Amino acid sequence: MASAASSAIHTAALSKRYGGVPAVADLSMTVPRGEVFGFLGPNGAGKTTSVKMLLGLTPPTSGEAWVLGSPIGDKMTRRRVGYLPELFRYQAWLAASEVLAMHCELARIPRMTWPAEIDRVLTLVGLSGRAGDRVGTFSKGMQQRLGLGVALLGRPELVVLDEPTSALDPVGRRDVREIIRHLKADGAAVFLNSHLLTEVEQVCDRVAMVNHGRVITTGRLDEVLGSGGVRVRATPLDGPARTAMERFGAVRTDPGGWVMVEGVVEAQVPDLVVAVVAAGGRVYAVEPRHQSLEERFMQLLGEPETA
Amino acid sequence: MFSLDFQPMFVIARLTMKEAGRRKLLFSLLVLTMLVIVFTVLGFDRLKTITDRQGQPLSPVELKGVVSQLLIVVMFMFGFVLAISTVFVASPAISSDLESGIALSMLTRPISRAEYVLGKWLGLSTLAIIYAAGAGGIELLLVNVVVGYLPPNPLVFLLYLVGHVVILLTLSLLISTRLSGMTAGVVALGAFGLAWFGGIAAGVGEAFNNSTITTVGYLTKLILPTDAFWRGAVYSLEPAAEIALFRSAGNTGRAASASPFFAAAPPTDQFLAWTAAWMVAVLALAIYSLRRREI
Repeated sequence: MASAASSAIHTAALSKRYGGVPAVADLSMTVPRGEVFGFLGPNGAGKTTSVKMLLGLTPPTSGEAWVLGSPIGDKMTRRRVGYLPELFRYQAWLAASEVLAMHCELARIPRMTWPAEIDRVLTLVGLSGRAGDRVGTFSKGMQQRLGLGVALLGRPELVVLDEPTSALDPVGRRDVREIIRHLKADGAAVFLNSHLLTEVEQVCDRVAMVNHGRVITTGRLDEVLGSGGVRVRATPLDGPARTAMERFGAVRTDPGGWVMVEGVVEAQVPDLVVAVVAAGGRVYAVEPRHQSLEERFMQLLGEPETA
Repeated sequence: MFSLDFQPMFVIARLTMKEAGRRKLLFSLLVLTMLVIVFTVLGFDRLKTITDRQGQPLSPVELKGVVSQLLIVVMFMFGFVLAISTVFVASPAISSDLESGIALSMLTRPISRAEYVLGKWLGLSTLAIIYAAGAGGIELLLVNVVVGYLPPNPLVFLLYLVGHVVILLTLSLLISTRLSGMTAGVVALGAFGLAWFGGIAAGVGEAFNNSTITTVGYLTKLILPTDAFWRGAVYSLEPAAEIALFRSAGNTGRAASASPFFAAAPPTDQFLAWTAAWMVAVLALAIYSLRRREI
């Protein structure tokens, strides 16, 4: 299967049932190499179970999946994968640098390069001053930063981050977004498991939304979001100017002298302004609007499931 | 299909040993052991000053008899504490990694579950061997220095002592792949107690020629060979004269086997082979159990 061999992650009808209860049902998706992929869903949607199946921690009940071209669970492929678990915990009795060295050794990174590699990731995650401190003395946020560092060791081709900012403050969240952008620039694929939609919106190329273990939509971020329309502040809000706007899409009056023209794509905005002005309208402000991921997500969750 | 890499196994083994050091387990054991050794050796030293009813000091033969018996009791206590410590350390060895989430980031590295289990086993066994052989050896040596008595087979004794600990830690590790540390500890300790009691039952059954009790006793020995190894350890501490005395006493002598402080014979070669097979089987089961476990 070409996509199985060439993509970072490829799944075909991957399913997991606990007892009779489906945790993940018929998960089929492809994460291309070098892309940031957002895996979104409410709590309990099956995101972590999916990740655990991909990493060989939990066997699937049925279906197949490939990671970096190898069937899931392949031991040596794991050298090229970094993972920050949702439940991040590291040996409290080791120093941060010792945890990283242990992971270097497990990941079979050449011993000569360890010191430089450990320095590199500690700097990336903002812990460079704390290399010699025991993990037990770290705050939750610092432990999550350390976990992120562990996931980045050895420049993996695929980095799986499960809720990577759950314990981080706004500064930490921004740092994580920066790290994800760096990873993408280095050519790594990032699989980002999250329910923080604004975060996903800022870094992801492609997303899949899951609910009750099923993918409800997937695609490039702009495809999933579609166009929200354009907001216009103009006078007058009725008469020929409004009729002109109605030719572009449904018009809704918003408070504060605004109208919302739905379904307008960005290329149409100048034409819309010309039409309003030609009809005698005076335009004060024009704001193209995308639907936010949150709006789209709530909309999808509200729709009855067809599958 | 089934291949083992030694490197990740050694990483886990070293980590296990480092944990014992960092968590001050080694330090605590060292302090406690030193205290016990100092007090018991002082006690052995005092034995030289005791006298019989006529106020005469004990003859060297009498003193040797008393020392040999006391040494068995001291080593029995040491073996017992060693067994309990082993259960405490080995029972949470895998379950706590799984419960805390530490295992999540480790088991997604290129390491198989088999290598992980064997690494834990190797680390714990090395700790147990160093501690049991070290502390036991020092005690024997100091007793020899103070009262001039060395049991007939000190090295064989240490081997059996270490063996009985490794058997118990292997069982604890197996249980640790499925149950929480607390529950695994209770189960392992319960099994150890049953095997110990089974050893007594086998002796009682022999003394009274009761085949049912004997069979049950021997079965427990087969299911968990710790007590048989403990008896091997005791046997190697017994002076030849004592064994001869009990053997000549017929049934009464055999009845003495019910006592955990006496053994009429060491484990047979067949039993040693069985124990080796038992160890391999329990380790294989532990690997199988962890492989099947959802993490």
